[in-house]
Amino acid sequence: MNGKPLASIISAGMTKFGKHDGLLTRELFAEAASEAFSRCPKLEPKQDIKAMFIGHMGEAYEHQGHTGSTLADWAGLSGIAATRTEAACGSSGVALRSGIYAVLSGLADVVIVGGVEKMTHRTTAEVTEYLAMASDYPFEQFHGITFPGLYALMANAHMATYGTTEEQIGMVAVKNHYHGSLNPKAHMQKEVPLQNVLASKYVAWPLKLYDCSLITDGASCIILTKPELAKKYTDQPVHIVGSGQASDTIGLYERQTLTSLHSAKLAVNEAYTMANITPNQVNLAEVHDCFTIAEIIHYEDLGFCAVGQGGKLVESGATRLGGNIPVNTSGGLKSKGHPVGATGTAQAYEMYLQLTGQADRRQVKDAEIGLTQNIGGSGATAAIHIYRRDN
Amino acid sequence: MSTESFTIEQFYKFLSTNQLMAGKCTKCGKIHLPPRPLCSECFSKEFTWTPISGKGKLLTYTIIHVAPTQFQAQTPYAVGIVELEEDLKIPGMIQDIAQEQLKIGMELTLAFDTAELTQNWPTWPRYHFISPKP
Repeated sequence: MNGKPLASIISAGMTKFGKHDGLLTRELFAEAASEAFSRCPKLEPKQDIKAMFIGHMGEAYEHQGHTGSTLADWAGLSGIAATRTEAACGSSGVALRSGIYAVLSGLADVVIVGGVEKMTHRTTAEVTEYLAMASDYPFEQFHGITFPGLYALMANAHMATYGTTEEQIGMVAVKNHYHGSLNPKAHMQKEVPLQNVLASKYVAWPLKLYDCSLITDGASCIILTKPELAKKYTDQPVHIVGSGQASDTIGLYERQTLTSLHSAKLAVNEAYTMANITPNQVNLAEVHDCFTIAEIIHYEDLGFCAVGQGGKLVESGATRLGGNIPVNTSGGLKSKGHPVGATGTAQAYEMYLQLTGQADRRQVKDAEIGLTQNIGGSGATAAIHIYRRDN
Repeated sequence: MSTESFTIEQFYKFLSTNQLMAGKCTKCGKIHLPPRPLCSECFSKEFTWTPISGKGKLLTYTIIHVAPTQFQAQTPYAVGIVELEEDLKIPGMIQDIAQEQLKIGMELTLAFDTAELTQNWPTWPRYHFISPKP
């Protein structure tokens, strides 16, 4: 592909992330779709959009499966081919990859790709149990290992191997809450000082409450078309120039290493090769900070720093707004929130805003190339995309 | 009880008779823990059961404070991943060791739970890890 666009984003929409009492996933998604349609007046949704790919993780939250066709109807698109993709927290990153397959194949010129989850009406114990379903049942869940527990196992290994500290891990939360304070769609829009992060209660040692992403309701979507059709719909498309998706064992315990996600490395190599760029050309990234330690591991896997140096990178301020490589300007999963199925395309939504100069108080100046990294579970799925501003 | 099916259920059935067993591919020799019906290295479907020592060292651990409903009464509890002598890795709870004495690299050994099984699926027995006997 050599840096040529695979597909182009012509519009995007997202609900505010937060607590949406009384709304169902279909109603949340309708709001996200409505924003995407109204941003793109030249698009005739009923005529132009031929397919939908929807990331949604859990039937258990609302006792509702079969989400693809349901959401197509509620978005006013009943009749189109609607497909739900499920890869736990990576569900809509995988939906995005599927949308690219559809556009590249020529089967659909315009597709809507999105995701949704409604979680806050359930108790923490229920959500803990539902999220754990994305990990191995017979050896992890069955033995009482939770999701925070899996990332805590990685955190302890990273601390022991590289000397990463609880303070450095906590700095990811401080940074992302600062970014979230600048995002009117973030679930939490307030700064949190490091001492509060460090004083919060343990969820799974060494990870504390403020090391965990938020339980959130929300929906997000983008509209994709063939690169040669993009200018028909908008003067300001954002081009997807690299896509990588990879898998790994469902059990964390079966992996070769506990301080890196092999799937993320495979996927990012695929995406960098396709985009024909090196990591130092990336101007900003949205990465999957489901837990603070994950962001530190991702810096290393994505090549933003050397192996083992992720803790020092966040400490240096390089990944804060104004730094060399701002990461999670939206606030990330940590502060913007993590309605699991919606997260992948919410990352794409932020990249669309940034690369079209619409990110307001959190705008990264002169951003040309962005990267999104969406992870399913403890790393059994990785979906990574690279975006380029239209020149 | 069939011993011919190389399934996770059969792994747990062995566990109920205090045996830790893995599936060994008769074609390429790879040992699978858990056992699987198709060798992920060579695609063979021919295996034999091979006993595993249960002795190993702790690769990493955590203390779970927030647990799903089923495990809430046990919090805080320790879980870890143990690398066994046979170069296999397996996760589980770590019991009867003070949490401040847990250390990456410490020796552990697998023990069989004696708790009564529930009536709900899955009716598998559990294992856990303890300090090896001196």
